[in-house]
Amino acid sequence: MLLRKHFAGVGKLASTVITSFLAVLIALAVGAILIAISNQNPVDAYRALIDGAFGGRRAIAETLVATTPMILGGLAFAVAARASMFNIGIEGQLVIGSLCGALVGAADLGLSKWLYVPLAMLVGGVAGGIWGAIPGVMKAKSGASEVISTIMLNYLAFRISIYMVTSAGAWLSWVDPQLQATKKIAPNARLPIILDRTRLHAGFLVAIAAALILWYVLFRTTFGYKIRTVGLSRGAAEYAGIAWGSTITKAMFLSGLLAGLMGASESLGLLGRHYDNRSGYGFTAIAVGLVGRNHPIGVIFAGLLFGVLRSGSNAMQAQAGTSKELVLILQALVILSVSALASLEYLRERRARTAAATPTAAAQPATGVTA
Amino acid sequence: MTDSARPNAVEMRGIVKRFPGVVANDGITFAVRQGEIHALLGENGAGKSTLMNVLFGILSPDEGEIFVNGQPAQFHGPRDAVNAGLAMVHQHFMLVHRFTVAENVILGSEGSGIRLDRDSTEQRVSQLANEFGLRLDPKEVVENLPVGMQQRVEIVRALYQGGRTLILDEPTALLTPQEVDELYVILERLRSGGSTIIFITHKLREVAAISDRVTVIRRGKTVDTLNTADTTASQLAELMVGRKVSLQVDRPVGNPEGVLLEAKHLRLRGRGALDALDDLSLTVRAGEIVGICGVEGNGQTELVEAIAGLRKPDEGTIEIAGRDVTGKNPVDLRRAGLSYIPEDRHNRGLVLDFSLTENVMLGNIDERPFSRNGLVDYGEGEAVTEQCMKLYDVRAPGADTIARNLSGGNQQKLIIAREMYRDPSVVLAVQPTRGLDVGAIEFVHKQLVAQRDAGKAILVVSFELDEIIDLSDRILVLYQGRIVGEFASGTVDRATLGLLMGGRGLDEREPINAVA
Amino acid sequence: MSDFFDIFLLKTILRMAAPLIFAAMGGLLSERSGVMNIALEGMMLIGAFFGVVGTYYMHNVWLGVLVGVTGAAVAGLIHAFWCITLRADQIVAGTAINLLGSGATVFLLSRIWNQSGQSPKVDRLPMFWGTVSILTPVAFVIVPIVWWFLNRTKEGLHVQAAGEHPQAAESVGINVNLYRYACVVMSGVLAGMGGIYLSLGELSGFSREMTQGKGFIALAAVIFGNWNPVGALGACLLFAAAQALPIQAQAKQVDINTDLLLALPYLLTLVAIAGFVRKSRPPEGLGKHATNR
Repeated sequence: MLLRKHFAGVGKLASTVITSFLAVLIALAVGAILIAISNQNPVDAYRALIDGAFGGRRAIAETLVATTPMILGGLAFAVAARASMFNIGIEGQLVIGSLCGALVGAADLGLSKWLYVPLAMLVGGVAGGIWGAIPGVMKAKSGASEVISTIMLNYLAFRISIYMVTSAGAWLSWVDPQLQATKKIAPNARLPIILDRTRLHAGFLVAIAAALILWYVLFRTTFGYKIRTVGLSRGAAEYAGIAWGSTITKAMFLSGLLAGLMGASESLGLLGRHYDNRSGYGFTAIAVGLVGRNHPIGVIFAGLLFGVLRSGSNAMQAQAGTSKELVLILQALVILSVSALASLEYLRERRARTAAATPTAAAQPATGVTA
Repeated sequence: MTDSARPNAVEMRGIVKRFPGVVANDGITFAVRQGEIHALLGENGAGKSTLMNVLFGILSPDEGEIFVNGQPAQFHGPRDAVNAGLAMVHQHFMLVHRFTVAENVILGSEGSGIRLDRDSTEQRVSQLANEFGLRLDPKEVVENLPVGMQQRVEIVRALYQGGRTLILDEPTALLTPQEVDELYVILERLRSGGSTIIFITHKLREVAAISDRVTVIRRGKTVDTLNTADTTASQLAELMVGRKVSLQVDRPVGNPEGVLLEAKHLRLRGRGALDALDDLSLTVRAGEIVGICGVEGNGQTELVEAIAGLRKPDEGTIEIAGRDVTGKNPVDLRRAGLSYIPEDRHNRGLVLDFSLTENVMLGNIDERPFSRNGLVDYGEGEAVTEQCMKLYDVRAPGADTIARNLSGGNQQKLIIAREMYRDPSVVLAVQPTRGLDVGAIEFVHKQLVAQRDAGKAILVVSFELDEIIDLSDRILVLYQGRIVGEFASGTVDRATLGLLMGGRGLDEREPINAVA
Repeated sequence: MSDFFDIFLLKTILRMAAPLIFAAMGGLLSERSGVMNIALEGMMLIGAFFGVVGTYYMHNVWLGVLVGVTGAAVAGLIHAFWCITLRADQIVAGTAINLLGSGATVFLLSRIWNQSGQSPKVDRLPMFWGTVSILTPVAFVIVPIVWWFLNRTKEGLHVQAAGEHPQAAESVGINVNLYRYACVVMSGVLAGMGGIYLSLGELSGFSREMTQGKGFIALAAVIFGNWNPVGALGACLLFAAAQALPIQAQAKQVDINTDLLLALPYLLTLVAIAGFVRKSRPPEGLGKHATNR
């Protein structure tokens, strides 16, 4: 009976999957044009990309390593989007999460790894959650647009990160100002490697688990129901007595939590320290969320796609000479593509459903942000 | 005096306009003479606004012809209509709130050149306004003006654009009585100046006060065109609401018991500065259906918001079964035994992108059997939904269908099913059969009566007079935020109700020209 | 103390303010016409980059300015097309333009010069008064021009109407979409000038992510200034002062941790939008479309 529920919306599912698929295809096609304009062979370039991503055991492991933050970031964007909140602050939230998780690890607290790893991850996640909740509270209380507040908090996070790993070295022994990073994270706080002779760490499992848990929370709990209601119809939420302000704040906390885990898993799992570095993954997360249509399972696949792009891009550069920054452009193209197709999808449906009305100002079309 | 040798200012012949599911204008034919004030009278949904939107070029007719000053006209947009000498003052003003009076008046008609010479435009606007006795300060910012003055800005803009025929859509809808009188004087002056005026209304008082002739529209068709002087208010009221056979529900007499819902002295601000609810009190007893009739805009929205917990009344109290529930939120109200069938099924009653099951849970998500300890029980939810669908004849492929894909009628039935499933003690039903076909209407009415017989207190708010008459044990007439009439069913006729809804008193049987 | 507030500080404030003012005026035009524009950052980057590219290939810094402005205008056109014609979500579209800006500039940086961080040095625009670029007074002059355009011309009235009540504007025959397109493209031009200020006016080259969030601060200035040119100018000066303080502190070797001082502009913006928002009045038609038949 529950399975039936899943297969029910097959028609709608098909159309959203097709939209995402088409959008990615269009973006790749434009990318191919760009490669061609640069006097390279798109076929070679994309072949190198696939090769780099899947050619061999270590390559696949690297792809999964690259996929881990993509999935977590996409989940972060998705859960906020479900509440109709636009979280551009994932970049800052992940920096905070990475910093805090790494500091806990670098403090060398002498705990057993069964305690230390979850603790460090938890601290990273909660720190990110708080950073994400701030714009939520601001919007709930004063209507301040989360677009600006999240971006400002990004820059503040960067400032805090720089400060903590440089100037704070004067009073904090857990950082290494020479390297502009924290001290090395204690071995017991590191996320264990799950595939020997590779860099694939348990963060990947955290990402998959997070996706499944988020799916469960969104679609099987009353909390998730309320988030979705608030995001789809504020009027209906009011009618149902669901508190809009506290719901969006909680959703933003959850979003920041996932972003924090994203950052923490990079430093605790992959890098071994928190480096003061802008990865840009917070913005890739937006593309991942949009392509995954803000659905946790969709995000897994979209995250994998971007993981492939990232891990294959080095090979693409080495073998075909295409600069790996192409991936950044592809990211933007994907977002443009998805938003265009989603809007056209929405407008087409609306025209087919026009009811008797005197013309009123057209409502803001669906953001393409919720599936 | 009108000169019948001149061509009609406006003539519409056989206008048909269809929308999915409804024929808004079904072969309407009427003509407006030069220099007259012509009223277009009809209830909500009769098709008057659609007709004027067709005339003004906002909509294009499916069939029919339009003539302006004897010339055939085909308008592709408001600009064409304006060029032909028509001007429209919309019910919801098309004014830029932050602009001054002068800026609004000249918008779109500024003349050539880049520079905007404020001083000379303000002078010209003043001059034009004074010509017609409209006192306006061109420098004043529109949003600071009272509604009556805002309307004058729209009128002056119409004149500035060179409009010879003015179309006014429900012009007195948002005016105070004094502003209404001032408007009449302005219209008289405009007529003396040679303008032709068409105004759309549902208020008999206006028709009496100012029009030369009146065309009555009902359900998309022209009923008749009469000289105002030759008719009475009650005659018009009958024409407006119709003598057709209503859906007679076999309704045995109810057996009302104790008071379950009581509102006392409610006062609540509306959109503007005025009170939308003005010392309103009512009671509903167990086992009775109380129907509130009235024309839209007389406080229904605010009354519903107050009772449903969406807004707290500024003054007054609301009690359910003796417990004070004033200002409580919807969740608490539901627990207190209230169910609410909202007027807006798309933005309140349903989340269109949810499945039917998820919609049945709306408002009840934290209750058994829909959830336990924060986990949603879709199995139970689906079972309940399927039950609801069966009981209320909701036609859909399954409980997992997305609500957006249901027809309006089925959506409404699902909402009603959900609200009744809670076994409430008080039911607030607003426009419960809007958009439903005859069979569904009958079904819903039967259900409401059955709930009444089961001892519930039912309050129905509707703009369909027939529905109120058919359903109610007691009828209350709402006009400008107060209850102006209360009748037991069977003791009042449509004409009387129409009069009260239109703001006329009960003794107005004399010819219509005798204005109080 | 008076030693701290000297001419150098004033010049620094002017230098910091100029790019903000350019971008803010662009954002203002766009938003007043009814289109949300969070893409100022990307447009600035594109302007900065293509300005350098133009100067490099044409060996003339003024031609470089032209190329830069054209590139940014194209970005504006893309944003306009997505928001107005395709009716895509305006914030998503703006984010995409920003990512396109940072991605494309970095990509081309490596393609053209094989560099990953910085372009080679190119000619710089002339300066006066020592360290003040010639574009600085241009930025300040733009403010009254924008004010005059909006408040004293027929077209400006139409733009305002498009942004406040697109439906009313359409009903009197104004082509709302056309005005919006023009304003969004213009916002690209102006934001591009802001970027050019940074690359050709000061640095004499492009370095990746050189705008450092100035585009977003400019948008915050528009909001803080209540969508009013003079108000936005004031906000820009305020944010510029916040950016100038750490520079001045370093120059005067004041013993304050500059890291935290550098956070000041962002913190200030947060406080501004949190506290001020209740009284803020965006154009009523922002994000809304005119009717279509």
